Amino acid sequence: MKRSNAPIFWLLFGAGGMLSALLGTALVLITGIAVPLGWTLPTDWMSYPRAQAFAQHWLGKGFLFVVIALFAWHAVHRIFHSLHDVGVHAGMAAKWVCYGTAAVLTVVAAVALLTIGF
Amino acid sequence: MSNGKASVRRPYVRPMRGWWRRDPFFVRYMAREATALAVLVYAIVLTVGVVRLAQGEAAWNGWLQALRSPASLLLHAVLLVSMVVHAHSWFDIMPKTMPIIFVGGRKLTAATIQRIGWAATVVVTCAVVALAWWARA
Repeated sequence: MKRSNAPIFWLLFGAGGMLSALLGTALVLITGIAVPLGWTLPTDWMSYPRAQAFAQHWLGKGFLFVVIALFAWHAVHRIFHSLHDVGVHAGMAAKWVCYGTAAVLTVVAAVALLTIGF
Repeated sequence: MSNGKASVRRPYVRPMRGWWRRDPFFVRYMAREATALAVLVYAIVLTVGVVRLAQGEAAWNGWLQALRSPASLLLHAVLLVSMVVHAHSWFDIMPKTMPIIFVGGRKLTAATIQRIGWAATVVVTCAVVALAWWARA
């Protein structure tokens, strides 16, 4: 019997859902609102040298990769399973588009983070 | 079924358009599922960020500049609300998605699981913001 690949997607969905539930609010608040506005955090908080140092450290690099990849896999899994609810037939094409989006984001993030170096 | 002629029967097909607006339970369900769009958009924003960072200082500063635009701030305000809805709904359904846990021979109640989850979100959010503030110099 061919083994189902569902548990893999489900695991990524669950891990990403948990991570985004715990971290999503704080991250959006910091990178999207507080720093751009200079509100409680200085606008140079994400200046090039600081961002580069963060992304070059293995911990920062790993954090960025895990956040991007798991957020993406969580989101596309949920979107894929909601397609039927909004009247879109969720066939193989939809599956490829959804999971493909997450795969592309994962690879692009990995390549960029490796390009930034250590 | 078809005999080549256009059917004169017009069977009733229950319209499904706007089905989720019929019941508050469905509205909550759709709101919960819609948060996935926000999570995806934020993952894309961050991916663009690391790509721009890899491209050098000028590209990175362009990304920072874009984050300061009113459109971006509005987008992130929507993302922020969505993330809060996501965190709340994630732990709201947690009792149904996780295996039953027994503590001291008694089943852990749904309310306890939800409260632990929401408390964890508040604690982690405060900790991350505090860490960011501490690392501002």
